[in-house]
Amino acid sequence: MSGRSFIIQGLIIFIALVFSIRLFSIQVLNDEYKLAAQNNILQKIVDYPFRGLIYDRDGKLMVYNTPVYDLMVVPKEVDLADSVEIMSLLEIDHKTFEAKYQKARRYSSILASKFDEQIPNEMFARIQDKLVNYSGFYVLPRTVRGYQNNILSNTLGYVGEINRSQLRRDTSGYYKSGDYIGITGIEKQYEDKLRGKRGIRYKIVNVQGVVKGEFQDGEYDTASVPGQSIQLTIDTELQTYAEKLLKGKVAGLVALDPKTGEILAMVSSPSYDPDLLSGRDLGKNFSGIQNDSLKPLFNRPLQATYPPGSMFKTVQALIAMQENQLRPTERVMCEGNLIGDHAPPGIYDVERAIQLSSNNYFFKVFKRIIEQGDHESRYIDSRIGLKKWNEHMSNFGLGHKLGVDIPNEQSGYIPDIQFYDRIYGVNRWAFSNIYSLSIGQGEVLVTPLQMANLGAILANRGHYYTPHIVKAIDDQGVVEPTLNNVGIDDKYFDSVLDGMEKVVREGSAVRAFVPNLDICGKTSTVENPHGMDHSGFMGFAPKDDPKIAIAVYVENAGWGGRAAASTASLVMEKYINGEISRQWLEDFVLEGDFLDARQKRELEAMNKAKRVANQ
Amino acid sequence: MRNDQLIYKVDWIVVLIYLVLVFSGWLNIYAADYDPDINQGILSFSQSSGKQLIWIASSIFLIVLIMMVDFRFYDSFAYILYGIFIFLLISVLLLGQEVSGSQSWFQIGSYKLQPSEFTKFATALALAKYLSKSTRKSGEMRSQIIGFLIFLIPLGLIILQGDLGTAMVFGSLVLVMFREGMHPLILVIGFSVAILFLGTLVLSQTILLIGIVVLTLFGIGLVAKAPSKIVVVVVAGVLAAGFVRSVDFILTDVLKPHQQQRVMQLLNPNRDPLGAGWQVTQSKIAIGSGGLTGKGYLEGTQTKFNFVPDQTTDNIFCTVGEEQGWIGSFFLVAAFTALFLRLVFLAERQKSPFAKIYGYAVVSILFFHFAFNIAMTIGLFPVIGIPLPFFSYGGSSLWTFTILLFIFLKLDAHRMQVLQRL
Repeated sequence: MSGRSFIIQGLIIFIALVFSIRLFSIQVLNDEYKLAAQNNILQKIVDYPFRGLIYDRDGKLMVYNTPVYDLMVVPKEVDLADSVEIMSLLEIDHKTFEAKYQKARRYSSILASKFDEQIPNEMFARIQDKLVNYSGFYVLPRTVRGYQNNILSNTLGYVGEINRSQLRRDTSGYYKSGDYIGITGIEKQYEDKLRGKRGIRYKIVNVQGVVKGEFQDGEYDTASVPGQSIQLTIDTELQTYAEKLLKGKVAGLVALDPKTGEILAMVSSPSYDPDLLSGRDLGKNFSGIQNDSLKPLFNRPLQATYPPGSMFKTVQALIAMQENQLRPTERVMCEGNLIGDHAPPGIYDVERAIQLSSNNYFFKVFKRIIEQGDHESRYIDSRIGLKKWNEHMSNFGLGHKLGVDIPNEQSGYIPDIQFYDRIYGVNRWAFSNIYSLSIGQGEVLVTPLQMANLGAILANRGHYYTPHIVKAIDDQGVVEPTLNNVGIDDKYFDSVLDGMEKVVREGSAVRAFVPNLDICGKTSTVENPHGMDHSGFMGFAPKDDPKIAIAVYVENAGWGGRAAASTASLVMEKYINGEISRQWLEDFVLEGDFLDARQKRELEAMNKAKRVANQ
Repeated sequence: MRNDQLIYKVDWIVVLIYLVLVFSGWLNIYAADYDPDINQGILSFSQSSGKQLIWIASSIFLIVLIMMVDFRFYDSFAYILYGIFIFLLISVLLLGQEVSGSQSWFQIGSYKLQPSEFTKFATALALAKYLSKSTRKSGEMRSQIIGFLIFLIPLGLIILQGDLGTAMVFGSLVLVMFREGMHPLILVIGFSVAILFLGTLVLSQTILLIGIVVLTLFGIGLVAKAPSKIVVVVVAGVLAAGFVRSVDFILTDVLKPHQQQRVMQLLNPNRDPLGAGWQVTQSKIAIGSGGLTGKGYLEGTQTKFNFVPDQTTDNIFCTVGEEQGWIGSFFLVAAFTALFLRLVFLAERQKSPFAKIYGYAVVSILFFHFAFNIAMTIGLFPVIGIPLPFFSYGGSSLWTFTILLFIFLKLDAHRMQVLQRL
């Protein structure tokens, strides 16, 4: 054999050695390829958990899950010859199809991505048989929220796909792109209870992503854990009725069980159909609802703030008595010349003053609270008095959030020393600058929830349970309410409550009277610089064994004794008696024609003036 | 009686290795195609393995035919066969079917034939015949040029068909030329060109040019005493520099886009793993995930679930690597190596120059396929579509390799008769 033959044999052996070493390196020494192989064939299929259900106080289902389907596409697998049929099946035009297809391709031509989201069950039922004929498409089941009744939309809130900024802010590390998250309301507040826990199933897939079996017989799979169910304190029937009454009005209503602080009903009107913000058209519907001039997304019971008006007089009386500035039966002569008044001049005590809502009486009462004679300078004296008054306000849950378990609660506003110092300068203001607070006008602002809570404080004669809407959660059972004491002695309540009883029996809220129901209440006709007065009512019933406390504001509806008192009375009667005895009153509220003849003339004059101003 | 004797004279070691390769190839084709959902048998004709069985059976028939034909036929008809296939190569260019970018198929009924495959053995025969007749005047420039032309003509025609991989196979016959006295300088030059080519892709031109200047000066130093050689060294240096400058042109204007991609892929394996790099990435993953002992027969996930393209044909080695691991791969490499070394041994013992040269041609062609096929699956060479001999699925290639190999075994069996005749 020649030398060249040896060279050739050497070359053959050399190549064999190179291959053996190279193979040894990538097969035995290097682990990265084994990992890559697993990543290739393992498809993590997210098992989306069922979101926790929401029930009302009687265990009736309010919010459930309804199946929808995400249509996934593997662009490489799609036979574009089918595209016309697919378009007609999915009811999309050529442009939409092309856009979606190209978007999926840009993501990856061999990995699956979303082609269409949240196809409703009915549509899925129609297309599922035909869909199998088109390669490259498959569906992934998900669930969206379904609602048993179209009630409580704002408070329940809605669920949507997590967005990028939410993902960035998420510190828990739980959320992944594509997850659903509670965006507002209870869905947001109790997100960590409701969401459950994602499960992951490992499937063996081929290059097209077609599932070929379970990985290691499912040894590494984790099942999804359904979210916890939540029971609300809401009474579905009462809520439905209250919403029906306030339909077509701009209004906020809160009804509480004073014994527990449980929210029985909470109405924000106008509202929206919760189904609109569930499912594939969320984005489209949302902008429509958001742009509505009446702001249906604004949760009025918690977010709207109004001056309390005359219902504030109950608090003023209690504070004055607690401060020993007023005795319940003290006879106070009111000439009716201090401040505008609907009540006649005469001799008043607490009960009569509340019954007739005497502005002049409460002007005097508030003056006593503010000017207690602690200092010879009336400016400094007013500072000391206002400070005391502010402490009482805070005890009544005013000027700060009550801490209800629903997002976006507003605190309202109670003006303090700093506020008036800012406006008038230090020691340059006294009672004469702030007297409008005495009748609940001026700078003071409250939410309907705070006023309903005031109803509960009066019903309980000096204490309240923090209002809450969740009664029980699956894993932690019944939620224990927090007890708060307002620091007013029990004995001072008699005269106030007697006055409130008379408001309904023979005072401004006589429309609210129901025989044997013993409703106590106070109306407010809230001055509104932008238009017709707001109608307000706060109260509770029955007087001796309170079962419900309530506050209602109906915007631009005039007298408190008409719109608000009527609505509150119907809701209380419905809750306690289960039925309505006064059909005429219900019709009156449903019709919504609340203004009396004088107010109508005023309104017309106001509108006319506006038209003139606009021209 | 001569046939009885033939059985004793045939080299059974080669036959045995051939049978082992074909059989294990068949098993691996089944594994590569295997779909647990469909669960069809290895004999099912809807599977590649079932069809391959037809090709195997017909190859056995071909073997018998080759063995029965008089051994002098191959010598005598070498040029005629060569002529026929060159004619077919030209006509396929004009009349053939285009399959995935290559104009190299004849469609006959439902069967497709690739003349370029069969041209391999015809060219080997013609080259052997020509060189064996002209060896007496070996070293002559003219005979060398004609020798080169014999395989460069089909090479050129196949490049025209657009099948660079198959064309390159003919280049392997340079090895035969080398064995038959070609000046080694040609190999050195060829090798330098390849190194320079890769060098230009990896390194910057400036560095390469500086390197060339340094080497040239070094060379001048070595041959300082012979002025005529200095000229040669300087010319070589200038040519090398010119080549480096022109590679950019070759890359962008000579190679097709997908071939450019493949070259770039080799240089940076992690580039574009979902696009151009898909095949290399996936074949490496499949082989690399096999480990020492493999995942077991039919247990490979990467090949079974189609992550590797062309898994029954060009990438059949991935199935071996994944399912049989390093040990299985090593045995495969060892079996091929044993076959090649045995064939070199057989070639060297030939009495007739024709049989000997043909033997080397067989080794060259088979070795080229083996080396470049496996090199591409393990990421040592750009992807070129050539099959693994005896292993890959496909009638044309199995027939070609069988014919190629058994003509040599036939010649080998009759090596003593050459002497008798003389």
